[in-house]
Amino acid sequence: MSAPTQQQSSYREAVRAGLHEALQQDERVFLMGEDVGAYGGCFACSKGLLEEFGPERVRDTPLSESTFTGMGIGAALGGMRPIVEIMTVNFSLLALDQIVNNAATYLHMSGGLFNVPLVIRMATGGGKQLAAQHSHSLEGWYAHIPGLKVLAPATLEDARGMLLTALEDPDPVLIFEAAVLYPMEGELSPVISSVSIDRANVIRTGRDLSIISYGASLHKGLGAAEQLSEEGINAEVIDLRSLRPLDDATIIGSVKKTRRAIIVDEGWRSGSLAAEISARIMEQAFYELDAPVERICSVEVPMPYAAHLEQAALPQVTSIVEAARRMVVRNG
Amino acid sequence: MSDPEHALHLFHQMLRIRRLEEKSAELYSAMKIRGFLHLYIGEEAVAVGVAQALAPEDAVVATYREHAHALVRGLPAKSIMAEMFGKQDGCCRGRGGSMHFFDIETRLYGGNAIVGGGLPVAAGLGLADKLQNNTRLTCCCFGEGAIAEGEFHETMNLAVLWQLPVLFLCENNLYAMGTALERSESQTDLTQKAASYGMRAAAVDGMEVLAVEAAASEAAHFIREKRAPCFLECRTYRFRPHSMFDPELYRSKEEVETWKQRDPILTFKTQLFDKGMLDEARLDHLEQQVAAEIAEAVTFAEASPLEPVDDLTRFVYSERSPE
Ligand SMILES: Cc1ncc(C[n+]2csc(CCOP(=O)(O)OP(=O)(O)O)c2C)c(N)n1
Repeated sequence: MSAPTQQQSSYREAVRAGLHEALQQDERVFLMGEDVGAYGGCFACSKGLLEEFGPERVRDTPLSESTFTGMGIGAALGGMRPIVEIMTVNFSLLALDQIVNNAATYLHMSGGLFNVPLVIRMATGGGKQLAAQHSHSLEGWYAHIPGLKVLAPATLEDARGMLLTALEDPDPVLIFEAAVLYPMEGELSPVISSVSIDRANVIRTGRDLSIISYGASLHKGLGAAEQLSEEGINAEVIDLRSLRPLDDATIIGSVKKTRRAIIVDEGWRSGSLAAEISARIMEQAFYELDAPVERICSVEVPMPYAAHLEQAALPQVTSIVEAARRMVVRNG
Repeated sequence: MSDPEHALHLFHQMLRIRRLEEKSAELYSAMKIRGFLHLYIGEEAVAVGVAQALAPEDAVVATYREHAHALVRGLPAKSIMAEMFGKQDGCCRGRGGSMHFFDIETRLYGGNAIVGGGLPVAAGLGLADKLQNNTRLTCCCFGEGAIAEGEFHETMNLAVLWQLPVLFLCENNLYAMGTALERSESQTDLTQKAASYGMRAAAVDGMEVLAVEAAASEAAHFIREKRAPCFLECRTYRFRPHSMFDPELYRSKEEVETWKQRDPILTFKTQLFDKGMLDEARLDHLEQQVAAEIAEAVTFAEASPLEPVDDLTRFVYSERSPE
């Protein structure tokens, strides 16, 4: 039997396919958020779903991030499987109370009585010239919070499958979709299913250094690896996929092999997820390292509007390549 | 008050709350209970009156001042006391404490110590009921302080917009910690706030248990019939400080004394005596019954083991499979 043929899809269509499948699979699932219905989603991820599933299951909400997120918690406690969409991570700050004080705590505070099977999706990251209130990468903050799981799909398969995985989870799961990736085209398996989130993916194997990244930055890491290979530097590239929990085994296993690590993280450097990963490498692989860990993060400035400034603020392929050269040459 | 048995039941419930709270204060001074402790003394008629309007399958979302609601809904005093002692047999295995009681059987969804934080959750429970065609309702308790929070307004709007079966129970005790209502609200008639969202809204004397019962029953009836939300303000007063750390600089002793004349338990007791439904002997019997219940709860809490420290990180994520 020949393998089923891959389909052409965009990341956006993959997200939509996941939503469609989730709504079709389980009566208890409903989607709720600002402009998810009549508008089709601010990034068009839920286009057509209102028409197909009706306003009870594709619910347009008023501009009330805190309350509709909290209602997702209540509905989850009440036996439903809500998917809450928050337009972007910046707006999720208005719902921080519900996410951090309620969703993340109920299970523990209740001594194990009440779990909250809630999925929250939102767009994250810069690169679209949306300036300082629509472009930040704050998923690392959420990854700080025990009680939450934090996913960051960087591939089409994950954009579709992680949503289904999250819905199978008994606890709150946050999914961060990189806004710049929505138009990304690629191939998608015709078989729709959830994906395991237990392990990070080694997307490209190599022996000289490990580029550890996730989301939109992953693709910059891959670009850098491509360029480095032309110079004879053989980079391994890891897609973290899950930011909480982190897959230490894959990260440390790779670093022990390559002896050098670059972490590419669109969050700001100070107090970042990159800082956490770096610390774990120090703790678990210090004596195996041939060079200090490098971090390629966003410059510590609110995201500027002008294209050249924004690009200067974001991690770039060239900065990854330069860091890689430094590390390899130094230890030649 | 035609049914003496029911009247005595109401009285008994209020007494249980009062004595439990008094004991808790005492145990706080004895350092058996720690953390924040917010007492309900003075407000008993509210919890007891409202509970009469609720069915066993209804849900309650409460604040950190929730001991009374938990108790009258049927959470055993033993579980409550053990929780406040931080013990393993507490309703939340000592992880919640005084401010965070949860219970599956009585559908108590917290004990929320973020002012306003429970309102969206209650609306969500209402949404789940609506979507599943359940006939039950959710009672959401909050202080008048919560009305200044954005979450209150967002929730009022959505509850009406989506016609959610939720009873929004505002326990207006006139002070949010030390801030008097008129120092925090431009409009002190709180029913107008809810009514401005198109919500059915009423206010009732929260010191009169029968009045609260009647108003809450009417509201609950409306919610069940119309599958729509209702706002009920109970005007009450807390006789004790906000928590155990409160020198009460913001109100006069005279004011507190004046309100104490309206003590919901004393006034109801007088009514029961006047009607011949209660006499000294029966009162004595009730007091003894309540004292025994609470003494048993304390003994139970004392004897309960501590949760092992090895279990510290349990219940951060679920241990069971989804279904
Ligand atoms: C969001 C938030 N802000 C501040 C506090 C601190 N705080 C705890 S109780 C309280 C007063 C609340 O008053 P009210 O809602 O009227 O309830 P009451 O205590 O009178 O029952 C305040 C300010 C808090 N817990 N949560």
